[in-house]
Amino acid sequence: MRIGVVTFPGSLDDGDAQRAVRLAGGEPVPLWHADSGDTLLHGLDGVILPGGFSYGDYLRCGAIARFSPVMGAIIPAAQAGLPVLGICNGFQVLCESHLLPGALVRNDHQQFLCRDQLLRIERTDTAWTSDFTPGQEVLIALKNGEGGYVADEATLDELEAEGRVVARYLEVNPNGSRRDIAGVSNARGNVVGLMPHPEHCVEAGFGPSLDGLPFFTSVLRQAVLA
Amino acid sequence: MTAVHVDTVAAASGDPDREQPWAELGLRADEYARIREILGRRPTSSELAMYSVMWSEHCSYKSSKVHLRQFGEKTTDQMREQLLVGIGENAGVVDIGEGWAVTFKIESHNHPSYVEPYQGAATGVGGIVRDIMSMGARPLAVMDPLRFGALDHPDTARVLPGVVAGIGGYGNCLGLPNIGGEVVFDSCYQGNPLVNALCVGALRAEDIHLAKASGTGNKVVLFGARTGGDGIGGVSVLASETFEDAGPSKRPSVQVGDPFAEKVLIECSLELYAAGVVDGIQDLGGAGLSCATSELASNGDGGMRVQLDRVPLRDSSLTPEEILMSESQERMMAIVRPEHLEGFLAITDRWEVEATVLGEVTDGDHLQVYWHDDLVVDVPPRSVAHDGPVYERPLARPGYLDELQAHNTRVLPRPVGGPGLREDLLALLGSPDGCDLSWVTQQYDRYVRGNTARAMPDDAGVVRVDEETGRGVALATDCNGRFAKLDPYAGAQLALAEAYRNVATTGARPLAVSDCLNFGSPEDPGVMWQFAQAVTGLADGCQQLGVPVTGGNVSFYNQTGDTAIHPTPVVAVLGVVDDVADTNGSGWSLPGQSLYLLGRTREELDGSAWAHVVHAHLGGRPPRVDLAAEERLAGTLLAASRAGLVHSAHDLSAGGLAVALAEGVLRHDIGATVSLAGLRERDGVDDFAALFSESTARVLVAVPPEHAEAFEELCAAEGQEVLALGTTGSEGPESLVVEGAFQVSAAELRTAHSGVIEAALAS
Amino acid sequence: MGTVIVDVMPKPEILDPQGQAVGHALGKLGIDGFTEVRQGKRFALSVDGEVTEEALARAREAAERLLSNPVIEDVVSVRAEADA
Repeated sequence: MRIGVVTFPGSLDDGDAQRAVRLAGGEPVPLWHADSGDTLLHGLDGVILPGGFSYGDYLRCGAIARFSPVMGAIIPAAQAGLPVLGICNGFQVLCESHLLPGALVRNDHQQFLCRDQLLRIERTDTAWTSDFTPGQEVLIALKNGEGGYVADEATLDELEAEGRVVARYLEVNPNGSRRDIAGVSNARGNVVGLMPHPEHCVEAGFGPSLDGLPFFTSVLRQAVLA
Repeated sequence: MTAVHVDTVAAASGDPDREQPWAELGLRADEYARIREILGRRPTSSELAMYSVMWSEHCSYKSSKVHLRQFGEKTTDQMREQLLVGIGENAGVVDIGEGWAVTFKIESHNHPSYVEPYQGAATGVGGIVRDIMSMGARPLAVMDPLRFGALDHPDTARVLPGVVAGIGGYGNCLGLPNIGGEVVFDSCYQGNPLVNALCVGALRAEDIHLAKASGTGNKVVLFGARTGGDGIGGVSVLASETFEDAGPSKRPSVQVGDPFAEKVLIECSLELYAAGVVDGIQDLGGAGLSCATSELASNGDGGMRVQLDRVPLRDSSLTPEEILMSESQERMMAIVRPEHLEGFLAITDRWEVEATVLGEVTDGDHLQVYWHDDLVVDVPPRSVAHDGPVYERPLARPGYLDELQAHNTRVLPRPVGGPGLREDLLALLGSPDGCDLSWVTQQYDRYVRGNTARAMPDDAGVVRVDEETGRGVALATDCNGRFAKLDPYAGAQLALAEAYRNVATTGARPLAVSDCLNFGSPEDPGVMWQFAQAVTGLADGCQQLGVPVTGGNVSFYNQTGDTAIHPTPVVAVLGVVDDVADTNGSGWSLPGQSLYLLGRTREELDGSAWAHVVHAHLGGRPPRVDLAAEERLAGTLLAASRAGLVHSAHDLSAGGLAVALAEGVLRHDIGATVSLAGLRERDGVDDFAALFSESTARVLVAVPPEHAEAFEELCAAEGQEVLALGTTGSEGPESLVVEGAFQVSAAELRTAHSGVIEAALAS
Repeated sequence: MGTVIVDVMPKPEILDPQGQAVGHALGKLGIDGFTEVRQGKRFALSVDGEVTEEALARAREAAERLLSNPVIEDVVSVRAEADA
């Protein structure tokens, strides 16, 4: 099972995402931001847009990465059903690319925040969450400066109605996200954006838990079934 | 466009008596005379710029050199065995086994952080990371020991948030986990905050790179960000002299960091190293191109010729002098063989990093800098980079010291009974230095790269170096400025002892030291005496513990008017761990563990957190230094950790046993039930001293009950004093129970401990 | 209700990484012809009624003391919105 992991200039958690794929039993395939072409994604069972500060988060987080050549290949593939997980900065890129609704804005308390965050997995029929049980509570590392999820009320209502809120913050809303939203998916469930970092929760002795691993095993299992 | 008048070597020879602004540039009359003597003529304005900045205290260590020599002289052959690169390079390199080498260094960025806290602190991180990169290493993590004025002072509300946001803003964006440091508040740092930054990196031992320009015909390549007018406020005197009419408005003295550019520069440089296309490398930091060119040439075996007009500029109005002095960030200089140049440029292209060939290594012995066709610098590089002035500044033991040392804590009223002890414990936990630091640490990414095994609030930061074997390093930085004020020799050794002990508590074997020596003005004989004492103390201590100083930094002039900061020799100790996943945390996560106190307690309250917080008192003599006991303690902890006998281990320092117990409880909200009877009996101390004394060489260890006997036997075999205090956990709600004295719930401890910084900043 | 507009820009000699990154991105999108991009901040300060000279004076003070950091930024204009 091969999962592409994109490196933009300024990506930081690309190595961590590759490690997580490996520990989940898959084979990570590095993808370079400047790569493009029809065959780029052939043979890949999914793509991860990792955390970091692509292009320094200048202008708006994800706004410059969204126009990179590799996204030119990923956007149509995602629309056609390729599983894509955007973590933190990757989530921001997915929103800027309009693969997911809404936007991520500066934390309401105005500070970067790194903490171990309790989440509830709300939806387990996406490509990236099928190995969780519905309503499962998990502890995942969170670290962001611009992690506040916002969308207009109609969009939020639609997301709720269609069950597209993938994960919600519990106990503490760490960044002012509307309706405590930590992650959302597209209607089909193949594209998921997540603000917390499951790739930091896959190895004993490092990170707050092992609760991140199911995100990566989910997509590998789906690839087997497909 | 303004006409730029360029002062050339030819002009300098033809116009020997021209007045030059050497005093405005900070040079002394004898220094200027010496430059003329070296050159056999007056310097050009570009040469004057180079000498003035390279002979500054900051770059030349002219006041500290005669003392710093001790670090080398007191490094024994045995200590040198694990030292791959010692003092003098960008950073020292230590062999940690399995073919891995680790490089680390701590540096100050104090004054810039006072002027512009965010950018000052940010570029401090950027600078130390480039030092580590220029050894050929991949940076792994950063740490930041910080000192501010009083927490309730209005200016602290400006400096503290800016510094913390700047460190986070730069380090987080760079993708380096921040794994520890210190935060200290003391009015002595008002107006002189200390922002020290440490970076640690790793490389394969055979891949070490050095700042050295060798091989005639090899290319000198500048790569990274463009050069602007950053940080050259001081040379404007030259600009105003050379600009015929009004030149650029004002040169900023503030440098602005671009962490994104630095991240790209890191990845690009590592790819360059891996491709084998770099022969020599130097980062551009203080003194910019002046420093990089003269150091590379001085360390090499030939000369260097550089075409300064090829430097890519952000501001086209910069003069040659300004380009030489600019401290624009995120720049590196490489020495590249001609046959490797194409490969080099292909890699910089791939990363979209601008790279420019400025010149080449020559077979001469001079550094020659051209501005178009004019020779503007023609100097022996060693005279700029290494043979600067050296001063033996006068020293004098400060007159106040006798009185200060006599004014000890015996006069202070002590808490009475259990309720009094309990109240003082809560006061310490809620004090600015004793409180929960999460407001600071949660602004730093500690997880990025996925190799962080331990970070704040554990005693030391621990990161994995080898993903296959788990081998890694533990790092701690420490200094108690109050102790150093009372006795700088002992204070430096106490800083060393504490950092060494903090590394040992994780189960790591301490290996090497880096230091950041923050002091007042070297022109004050009292300050110079403190400095000499501290350096001697540290060098003697390192020799005794067998851990070499691998490099570091001196920061002088941290004073306002005649009032200097407390002498603050911050010591960083690095240790090696076989498998980072097995290290000890500082608090217990299970009830029913046996709690032991290692080490002996004496009544030592002078300079303590208790005296400072409860009585605002500073006087007397600091705790006794016992490095033999520290070494024995570290040996015991290492042996016990390797044998798998340790559940958690926490160093006793500020606030003594009382604070160590409370922090152990707070770590995972598991209580503790202890008795002080054994301690009273064995060490002859009362409950107050047992709880608040700051005797050194002590650690609180939690041991799984099934290993208690083996642990006691191991301590006996090591000759280590050990005393059973009680167990983790408590009856009823999780609490700290000190039998016969007091008890306090974890919830109440937390209430006192948390929200202190937030509340102070909000008021 | 009137509004005072305050524009703050990084000082010309200060590095502006954000503007630089935007400039590079424009080039990649094929939107050429801009030699430099610098990114600043705009503040809109609303007042009851018309923007008076006194309100402008207060806005100027706000701009100098809080909205800009004089070490690295310049206040390039303070004006009533209608003037824009």
